[in-house]
Amino acid sequence: MKKLINDPADVVAEALRGMDAAHPELRVDHANRIVYRADAPVQGKVGLISGGGSGHEPMHGGFVGPGMLDAACAGEVFTSPVPDQMVEATKNVDGGAGVLHIVKNYTGDVMNFEMAAELAAAETGVDVLSVVTDDDVAVQDSLYTAGRRGVGVTVLLEKIVGAAADEGRDLAAVAAVARKVNGQGRSMGMALTSCTVPAAGQPTFDLPDDQMEIGIGIHGEPGRRRVPVAPAREIAAMLVEPVLADLDFTGPDGVICFVNGMGGTPLLELYLMYNEVAALLDKAGVRIARSLVGPYITSLEMAGCSVTLLRCDDELIRLWDAPVRTPGLRWGA
Amino acid sequence: MSATLDQLTDWVRRFAAEVHEHRDELTRLDAAIGDADHGSNLDRGMTAVVAALDAEPQPSAAALFKKVGMTLVSTVGGASGPLYGTLFLRVATSAGEVTELDGPAFAKALRAGLEGVVARGKAEAGDKTMYDALSPAVDALDAALADGDPLAEALRAAAAAAAAGRDATIPLVARKGRASYLGERSAGHQDPGATSVTMLVAAAADALA
Repeated sequence: MKKLINDPADVVAEALRGMDAAHPELRVDHANRIVYRADAPVQGKVGLISGGGSGHEPMHGGFVGPGMLDAACAGEVFTSPVPDQMVEATKNVDGGAGVLHIVKNYTGDVMNFEMAAELAAAETGVDVLSVVTDDDVAVQDSLYTAGRRGVGVTVLLEKIVGAAADEGRDLAAVAAVARKVNGQGRSMGMALTSCTVPAAGQPTFDLPDDQMEIGIGIHGEPGRRRVPVAPAREIAAMLVEPVLADLDFTGPDGVICFVNGMGGTPLLELYLMYNEVAALLDKAGVRIARSLVGPYITSLEMAGCSVTLLRCDDELIRLWDAPVRTPGLRWGA
Repeated sequence: MSATLDQLTDWVRRFAAEVHEHRDELTRLDAAIGDADHGSNLDRGMTAVVAALDAEPQPSAAALFKKVGMTLVSTVGGASGPLYGTLFLRVATSAGEVTELDGPAFAKALRAGLEGVVARGKAEAGDKTMYDALSPAVDALDAALADGDPLAEALRAAAAAAAAGRDATIPLVARKGRASYLGERSAGHQDPGATSVTMLVAAAADALA
């Protein structure tokens, strides 16, 4: 294992120290591993909390700031944070308008946030609603699985819902925007390499040089199928086709097209992929209204990418364009 | 024969030692069908449990298992934290403020723990989870006690049933948790949660022998 670390046990704590040092506009509770915007709680605004395992940076800590999250709870690498963290964050971001928990659909995340919502209600009396993202079309949504995983849509949702909360909407209305975004977004990802969890010390799975995984999530878990490495044009089709097959994206207001890097793939290749994806969407009659290209929801140093499409309307475009000022996303502010 | 508070505490400590010794094996099993953290997460939690018990011995079975459950919920994360945490919290509630558990009380507490796992994780038989080892263990414990076996012997039967249930997860296709994303590809691998909960039952058989 070659990594820029000191001790595998200290990776998350030391990365949070670095975030704290680099971003004076954030406040980090190191004991509880919570990243706050420094001016939290914002009075009268719905508080937005997310959280999850570490290793997906900039998500979620990098999305804390005006226009996006009020706090993010960091777990160990690829491990959900614990309820105590979410309860503490809930108390500290409540500005009197309640708190929305944004949860990715993984068994551990859902269970820990469920316990947190129960405890927060009992201990603090803060109004808490939860929204679960589950946009990954690689997973068959059936009674026989844990359901679709929350992946790329989570990034778009945190931005859009952050803008909705900034407009002063109440908790129910903010949660409704969140559910709408999740319902209108779909993703599909692939990996060229595995990744190494620091505490494990070796790659999570073996992937021969001439093979790739299609339908991966964001935890170094193997995907739905393993196929020979192909040109980018063919890979783009393998990602875009199942997304388009799952939901109609041909509406007049178009889509936000998000080509995400998994952590180990350079922007050069991501833009090359975006070019292929855009050509496929054009052919399918899908209009791109906005785009996002880069590593925003990653899986440590995994090489690969995912494609997320979000069906838009005027409201979502306006909320997407609203100012945001976080370490990971920043425009108009 | 009843289980004393010292023996119940010893059960927890033996489980922690087993998890620590086999942490790499648990993580390896998890890497095959999950996300390669079961051993390190559970070890972190049980190490914290042992530290908490060292710092402050608990006065009753309820206090002991509540401390274990709350510590696991607060330190483990992932799915294992809520599942093992809920297991021990339900054991605590069932056991009550006593310093000894007889066979039927112990069996009742373990069944309450199993029911907590089901309530939290919604798992059923054959989903390839910890349920597939814990459920037959609880059934075997009840059956052996009903046959008049002493608790120590009944726990040995429970441990054997857990191990058989664990081994029987190998051909199963996972329907819960991260392994379920693999579909058919999850078959052929032993479930890490079933493996760790088998250690829990075996530790009880050793501690209460």
